[in-house]
Amino acid sequence: MTTADAILFLTWAGLTAYALFGGADFGAGFWDLTAGRRQGAAIRDLIEDTIGPVWEANHVWLIFAIVVVWTAFPVVFAAVASTLYIPLTLVAIGIILRGSGFAFRKSVADPDLRRRFGMIFGLSSIVTPFFLGAIAGGVASGRVPPGNAAGDPIGSWLNPTSVLGGVLAVGLCAFLAAVYLTSDARRTGDAALVEAFRGRALASGLTVGTGALLGIVVIHADAPTLFAGLTAGALPLVVLSAVTGIASLALLARRRFALARGTAGLAVGAVLWGWAVAQYPYLLVGSLTIDQAAGPPATLTALLISLLVGAVLVVPSMVALFVLAQRSRA
Amino acid sequence: MNAIDVFSAVDQPDLWAARAQMALSLAWHIVIACFGVGFPTLVLIAEYRSRHGGGAVYDALAHRWAKILGILFAVGAVSGTILSFEMGILWPRLMATFGSVLGLPFAIEGIAFFIEAIFIGIYLYGWDRLPPTVHLLTGLPVVVGGIASAWFVVTANAWLNQPVGFTLTNGVVSGVDPWAAILNPATPVETTHMILAAFMVSGFGVAAAHAWGLRRNPASQLHRTGFLIAFSLGAILTPAQIVVGDAAAQFLATNQPIKLAAIEGLYQSQRGAPLSIGGIPVDGAMHFALQIPDGLSLLAFRDPNALVVGLDTVPAADRPPVLPVHLAFQVMVAIGFGLLALGAWLAWSWWRRRDMPRSRRFILAAIAAGPGAVVAMEAGWMVTELGRQPWIVYRVMRVEDAVTAARGLPIGFFTLIGVYLALTAGTILVLRRTLAAMPEDGPPS
Repeated sequence: MTTADAILFLTWAGLTAYALFGGADFGAGFWDLTAGRRQGAAIRDLIEDTIGPVWEANHVWLIFAIVVVWTAFPVVFAAVASTLYIPLTLVAIGIILRGSGFAFRKSVADPDLRRRFGMIFGLSSIVTPFFLGAIAGGVASGRVPPGNAAGDPIGSWLNPTSVLGGVLAVGLCAFLAAVYLTSDARRTGDAALVEAFRGRALASGLTVGTGALLGIVVIHADAPTLFAGLTAGALPLVVLSAVTGIASLALLARRRFALARGTAGLAVGAVLWGWAVAQYPYLLVGSLTIDQAAGPPATLTALLISLLVGAVLVVPSMVALFVLAQRSRA
Repeated sequence: MNAIDVFSAVDQPDLWAARAQMALSLAWHIVIACFGVGFPTLVLIAEYRSRHGGGAVYDALAHRWAKILGILFAVGAVSGTILSFEMGILWPRLMATFGSVLGLPFAIEGIAFFIEAIFIGIYLYGWDRLPPTVHLLTGLPVVVGGIASAWFVVTANAWLNQPVGFTLTNGVVSGVDPWAAILNPATPVETTHMILAAFMVSGFGVAAAHAWGLRRNPASQLHRTGFLIAFSLGAILTPAQIVVGDAAAQFLATNQPIKLAAIEGLYQSQRGAPLSIGGIPVDGAMHFALQIPDGLSLLAFRDPNALVVGLDTVPAADRPPVLPVHLAFQVMVAIGFGLLALGAWLAWSWWRRRDMPRSRRFILAAIAAGPGAVVAMEAGWMVTELGRQPWIVYRVMRVEDAVTAARGLPIGFFTLIGVYLALTAGTILVLRRTLAAMPEDGPPS
């Protein structure tokens, strides 16, 4: 494994953490928006309590991944950002509105204001992962060439693979959030709330699973290189994702919520790693490999050392935060 | 294949929009970010006093401040994220060419910010769930993380001013030394100046809010205590900031002489250069300035006869916009000395009467000091950024050579104006509602 490979591995681990934790926060926004009238207040209270202490820390994974990519693979970052600047701008706006909408709602008591800030939080929690997924679809289908805004400014993110990526991202976030929240709801002792999230977890899991099956057709037609990778080297991960996804539904049905958390996380993580393996060793499909895109060795070494030192500081702190956040609702 | 080759410079008709969008995002974020750096220290001081004999008023203050910090930190985190996007969206050629040189400080800044974000979660949510001493200690990584992230992100800006740690041959970067880039010559003065500014903005900003409260309710113990802690922090750091500012100007004299020439409106190189106070530099000459003979030579080189480099030493196309740079510098210095005077006023009153000045004039001045510190900090950034023009990387890459080839930049810029207006309105509304909802102590009987 080269230094560049090691850095990419850590970046992908960071992105996976973003998908599992930040993604669940987005999904919580989805359920917050669609909470409805009957159980709305209870659902929103649980969401506010659960993601309140952790959403800022969960969000930093994205910033972390971006700055590591621009340091280690600057030409890739520049190519992706300049070609996909429309969805990236929308993601940035979505992040601003979502974070501030959530923080503002948490801070005010007035019901009318809370409803409005909640709408902003919920809507931007759907828009943001959609465009993140669309960006992933654009990169994975080889629509970003190297160069200064060299790709199609519209077609690079408005295409079958991108739309699939966007819809799947929203669905996976909703599924993860519902599974996590089912487990969290159990601690409240409110059986109706547990059932509400269990139903949502099962429904979203079935929907996303079906969507992923249909997605195979889309990828086959629209992104043959990605399809070839997914059905060759990445096949074990694709199978793992399917198996753990189905297992999550079975565990939810049998009310084994803690275990379902683990399998649901595996199912989503396997999707990300499947994509990574399918694309390896290309960063920009068909034009730029990891080795070609990697920055100078001195930078890569310094970055790797910094990341390892950072991990020693960040990971235990993060664990402490999660432990405290869980304990607070006990 | 050499990937840099495909990143050709382009003719970008909307360069203005890219610059304006970056300026807007930075100028907005930097104010809130200052509170992320300096405010946690105030919260910890209040909590420490509340746990160690300070009494109920410190407890009320610590909780109130922590709540405000929580809101400001959230807004700061999301408004900072867009900047990392914009580095690539707006300036892909800068990043493609130099990302591996200036990227490391950003990556380490990311780690520092991680620590800050994690511990702010622990601190805010652990208040009643952790033993008092442990809780106080969980605030320290917030302070350290905030200062460290400011330090690293400003080293990246310092590098733009003093680019070192690489060799450039025909547009291709080689021989990269990222540690040398972080420790570039501009780093010590720039990072110190900014971190002090962040603490001053936090101190005078929070003090201004309490001065406002004191104007309405002069007997409020909460506002009096809050004012004294916050104002003292700002006032103690002001003289240090003036010393560092002087060092920064001396640094410019030898390392970025054209920026200093723009600051002073010095069009011709000369020995015994005068210091221009006020004045309007237009059409190649300084008008209406109060000029102190030999003053600039003395300040910049500690020698009244020293040669100070003027704008005439570079072609017109390589000169920064003199008028805004000069005016911004004058504003920053004037406010700095105004804050110094205000601090001295309080110190004098305290020495004589063990009390803060009672006059309405002092309270009004203290209210103005909050926005004043923000304006001074923003003016300082205008000097740094506009004074570097037309270069994005000083004497290495011009701004127009760094910009994206993408079209339609004004649409993004105008959209973001709307987003920032909404964010500003929302932040003000929520801060006001939050403060109104918290019990304010009445006048003591």
